[in-house]
This record gives sequence, C-alpha cells and structure tokens, in this order.
Amino acid sequence: MAILITPDARILVQGMTGRAGTFYTRLAMEYGTGEAGGYVAGVTPGKGGTVHLGLPVFDTVAEAVAETAPTASIVLAPAPVAANAMLEAIEAAIPTVVCVTERVPVLDMVRVRDALRGSETVLVGPNSQGILIPGARKLGVMSTADALPGSIGIAARSASLTSEVVARLSAAGMGQSTTIGIGGDPVHGTGFAHCLALFRDDPDTGAVVLIGELGGVEEEEAADFLAAEPYGKPVIALLVGRHAPDDRRMGHAGTVSVLGSGSIAQKTALLELAGVRIAATPDDVVKVLRA
Amino acid sequence: MFLHEAQAKDLLAAYGIPLPGGLVACTPDEAGRHAAALDGAVAVKALIHAGGRGLAGGVRFAATPEEAVLCAEDMLGRALVTAQTRSRGEVVDEIYIERALDFSRSLYLSIIVDQRRAVPTLIAAAEGGTAFEQRAMDAPAMVQKYPLGADGGHNPAALAAFLDMLGVPEKAAPAVLDVVEALIRVFMENDATLIEVNPLALMDNHTAVAVDAKIVLDGNALFRHPDLGALRDTARTDETELLAQANEINFVRMDGAIGLVVNGAGLGLATHDMVIEAGGRPANFMDIRTMATAGQIATGIGILLDDPGVRVLLVNVHGGGMTTCDRISDALALAMQTRDRPVPVIFRVAGQNAQAAREAVRALPNPCIIPDTMSEAVRRAVAEATP
Repeated sequence: MAILITPDARILVQGMTGRAGTFYTRLAMEYGTGEAGGYVAGVTPGKGGTVHLGLPVFDTVAEAVAETAPTASIVLAPAPVAANAMLEAIEAAIPTVVCVTERVPVLDMVRVRDALRGSETVLVGPNSQGILIPGARKLGVMSTADALPGSIGIAARSASLTSEVVARLSAAGMGQSTTIGIGGDPVHGTGFAHCLALFRDDPDTGAVVLIGELGGVEEEEAADFLAAEPYGKPVIALLVGRHAPDDRRMGHAGTVSVLGSGSIAQKTALLELAGVRIAATPDDVVKVLRA
Repeated sequence: MFLHEAQAKDLLAAYGIPLPGGLVACTPDEAGRHAAALDGAVAVKALIHAGGRGLAGGVRFAATPEEAVLCAEDMLGRALVTAQTRSRGEVVDEIYIERALDFSRSLYLSIIVDQRRAVPTLIAAAEGGTAFEQRAMDAPAMVQKYPLGADGGHNPAALAAFLDMLGVPEKAAPAVLDVVEALIRVFMENDATLIEVNPLALMDNHTAVAVDAKIVLDGNALFRHPDLGALRDTARTDETELLAQANEINFVRMDGAIGLVVNGAGLGLATHDMVIEAGGRPANFMDIRTMATAGQIATGIGILLDDPGVRVLLVNVHGGGMTTCDRISDALALAMQTRDRPVPVIFRVAGQNAQAAREAVRALPNPCIIPDTMSEAVRRAVAEATP
C-alpha cells in the first residue's frame, strides 16, 4: 500500500493544456501503471469537449468527476487561478488534491485552508512536487529516474532534496513506499505530522525520512506529534538552512518567518527530544538510517 | 515586498488611520524647509526597506529646522546598517520629516498570518516602542494574539474585550478599535503579509496615532495590485538578483569565492550549509527554477563568472523534470563561450541525463573535477577557492 493515494488511483489534471501542464502530464502518464498511467481526464475552463494527450478535457471539475470518477487531482494551473482550482476540487470532494503551482498568494491559501475545514479532501501543497508511489503512480512533477519501490516513507519540504535522498536510498537498495512533497510555502495543506500518522498506519512503510528546512512550524509540529506517544518505526530527519542568511527568502517562501522563529537549532533539538535521528547532510541519510 | 515608512503611511492614511503628519525630503535643505513647515519638533527618519532603524541611528529628533538640517546631512547618502539589513546596509536616499509627538502611553500592534492556524492574526502588546522584539523575547506573556477569520472577519465586541484585557485605557479604546479595524482592512485588501504599527501612541485627547508603520506585501499577489507593484524599489535591489529573477533563478548575492550553481531551494540550502561547514564562503545562493531554459541558466552562471571574486564554480544539480543535467552542461558551455574565465568547475550532478552531462563538461576549456559525492564536491570546491 501507500499513503494518501492508492496504486490504482484515478487522476484528474487541473491545468493540463498549458506548456508545463502538457509536459508534466505526459511524463506522469508514461510513468504510472495501467491505462494512461492512471490519468483519466483534464480540466481547463473553455476547453471542455476537446481531447488532450488522449484524455477528455472538461470545463469544470464537477463535470470531470461525474464522467470519470477521479480519486485524486493534480493542480498545475497558473498562480492567479490556482486557488480557485483547489477550491473547485475541494467542492467536488476529490479525496486527495496536489497543487504543484508556485507563488500562490498567501491570503488565497488562507481561503483554501478555510474551505478544507470540515471537508474530506486532503490537500498537498502548493509549491509541492507531489506524491510518488514508485513503480505505480506519479501524482506530481518529481524526478523518477532513481525511484525504487520499497519501505521507506519520505515527507519533504523540498523537491530537489527529495530526489537526491531517493537516489541515495535506491543506490543503497532501500526503496520507497511513498514520497510526499508537502510544499515550500508558509500556508499549505497537509504537513509532516499528518504524513507521520499515515506512515505509522501503513503496513508497507518501515521507516520515515523527513526533509525539513529553516522557518515555518512543520518540524515543531512533527516533534509534538512524535513526543506524544511511541511511534514504533524509526524516523530520521535531514534539516537544511543552518547557515542561511537571516531575513532573506531563499527560494522557498516558507523558509523565513517574519517573527524569527523556526531556527534549525531549535527544530533539531525538538526532533531529537522526540526520538528522531538527525542526518546533517544528504550524504549521511543512508548511514543514519542503517545505524 | 517591504514598503518603506512613507509608502506604508500613505496606505494607512488612505484607510483613515491617524498619523503624525510628515513629508519626504531628499536633501538637507528640503529637510529644513519641511521641518519649518511642520512648525515644531520633528523626527528625522531614514526611509529604507528594512526595520530596526531606531536602534541603529536611523531615527533622530530635531527641536528646530536647523537641527533637522544637521540630522539630514548626517543621514543622507550614507549606508544605514540595522539588524534587518544586509551587512553592508542600505544607502539612505530619502528621509521622512515627521511631526514629533508627545505621548506617555503606547501599544504594539501587528497583523500576520498564523502559519499553524492559517488565519490572519492580530498581535498586540500593552507597551510599544523600540527594542520591542527583545522585550517580547524576554517576556513572551506580554504579547497577546487574537485570531481573525479567514476573510479578516471578527466580532467587534470580542475584539473590544481583547483590547480591554490588554489594558487599553477605557477612554482610548474606541480610537484603538477604529485603528485595529482599519489595519485589518489594509491587510486583507492589499494582500499584506505583515503590518506592524509600533508604537501606536495613545494621546491625551484619547486619539490613537500610528507613529511608525511597517508593511510587507505579498510579492506573489502583486498581479492583483499593479499600483502597489509600482512601489517596488528596483533601484535598490541588487541588479544581479533582478537579472537572475527575470531568468527563472532565485539568486542571493554574497561575498565569498565559491560560485554555487544549484537547482531547488532545499538542495541550495543544503549546499550552502555544507560549504560553510567545510570552511568555505559561497559567492551566492542559487535556486534554478524548473522552468529555466539553458539560455536562462547560462545568464545565471554568467553573473558568477563576471564576479571577479569568484574563484571556482561548484555545480550541484539533481536533474529531473525540465531541469535535466545536460541542460546544466549546455548552460555552462554557453556561459563560457562568451567569456575568458578559466575558473575550475566542480561538477556534481545526479538524476536525469547525469552521464551525458559529465561527458559534455569534460569538453569545456576549464579544468573540471567530477566528484562522486556532495561532500567530496564541497571539499574540492573549498580547496580550489583557497588562495
């Protein structure tokens, strides 16, 4: 099994017809198992009734849901309309929604989070590389060259570091059950604590790697969750940004908190107290997992 | 996007928030004329796009226009270094001449988005003023939070009770409530990520005046606010950072000798950590975004090659999606083509098309080192950068 999506997930693409949408949808369709890699439809307002990459395109999510019964959606729509795309997917009660789009306004995400309260939908992202079940489903835009099916669960704030860690793990013969990019933005959907809960209950996950960075509250929430009760599986964390200059945005909008919280020292201390073993660099992840 | 004080106050004024009243000056003469027009003691404030001015000498008081001229002479054209600027500070081109107020009580007010709850949140303390951050760290209980609805909505009676609990004097309460309501509107209607009024002066006539104001707008929401986007201070932003940004690269200039070519913010931060811990100094932070073409990446690499302080390039890329490793080697070749810069290149790539990229890089005129691991790459880069 995997978490958040199943290996036979039926996937909808919101914003499939643009340059990036076409590029990433094609790769993901080629990667997944079964017909069209699990991809069932696309939504682009104004292009309903057309066919793109062999998939039917609808004007609205509601129509796509009625016709093709997706269990997950990926939002590749541009930033100004990404929030509305997410809201439409939540409204249509799609169980898992991934948003890859970068640079979504913070107050848009506040609206989206409000819509998620009381909804069954789990949102992953925005500014996320998505969810990968190696060898089965790619609900995202991540590199798959080195992914290998296995038992390590990964939840990460960084796409590039996830790819790097996946490559190291696979080279060491350690495959992955599911990899999840929770996204690099300050206000986002699901977080480390929720991913940890799901990985704990997933019989196919034997250990979890968290990839965190400075700023935000994800690592602190993970530490709270892990400290509350015994987890039962090894958890290791790679935390980056120890020497990032203060008060500058380093690519991820979530990395710097205006009120100055979220230092790596604080996150490391809290996670270690909660029983997490720390890998100082990507080169150390395999070693720490084996220790 | 950080608005300087005069810009922030223009926005507050549009929402009816009481202000001391001030004027922008670019020369000492102008400062003197403004001080005379304001008729009384004035504050002379450096208009920079960063906070922490009070403790750094960026806010001074002048009893007469002559004193205002002296303050202006001292401030204008000089770099002001505060806890929130870069180490070289920010050059003061403009100053704000503002009526100095006499008040004995003040509040601290700010609005941010609480990341845990994902709602805008009012933060308040019963005593504002300089060094607030330090005092708040020493005594966290003095800072109180009031969560707002996702749309900024709130119950006015509950908000009034919150201000009462904070210790706002009864007679000042209506004025403070008006300011808070207006600040919430400024925050929501302009896509702010931070609004801070510190101090909010409580005057003897029971009015409340925003003596200092800081506003940070969400740069990702400027498409909704073209008028506010025009306030972006491109003149003062590092021009190489702007060039990189226009080429799908997040770039932060630093002053070391190791030029970093990295994709992804996380990998960028990891590389940065490793270089510093190995005793090296990065020339920059780089995060090549996935949409960047080889030509755009070449522009980013060109910025490093054109920096005479750069002694070595450290490429650390994990290829995938649109950023394949050979796109990086293509970009390196393009950037080298137009320059005579035989700096050594440490080329550590993994992921999609890594092998093809390594072969391509061997054909460059530059000395190339192709290490197996990131740690080895960092070690070699630090060694090459050491004179």
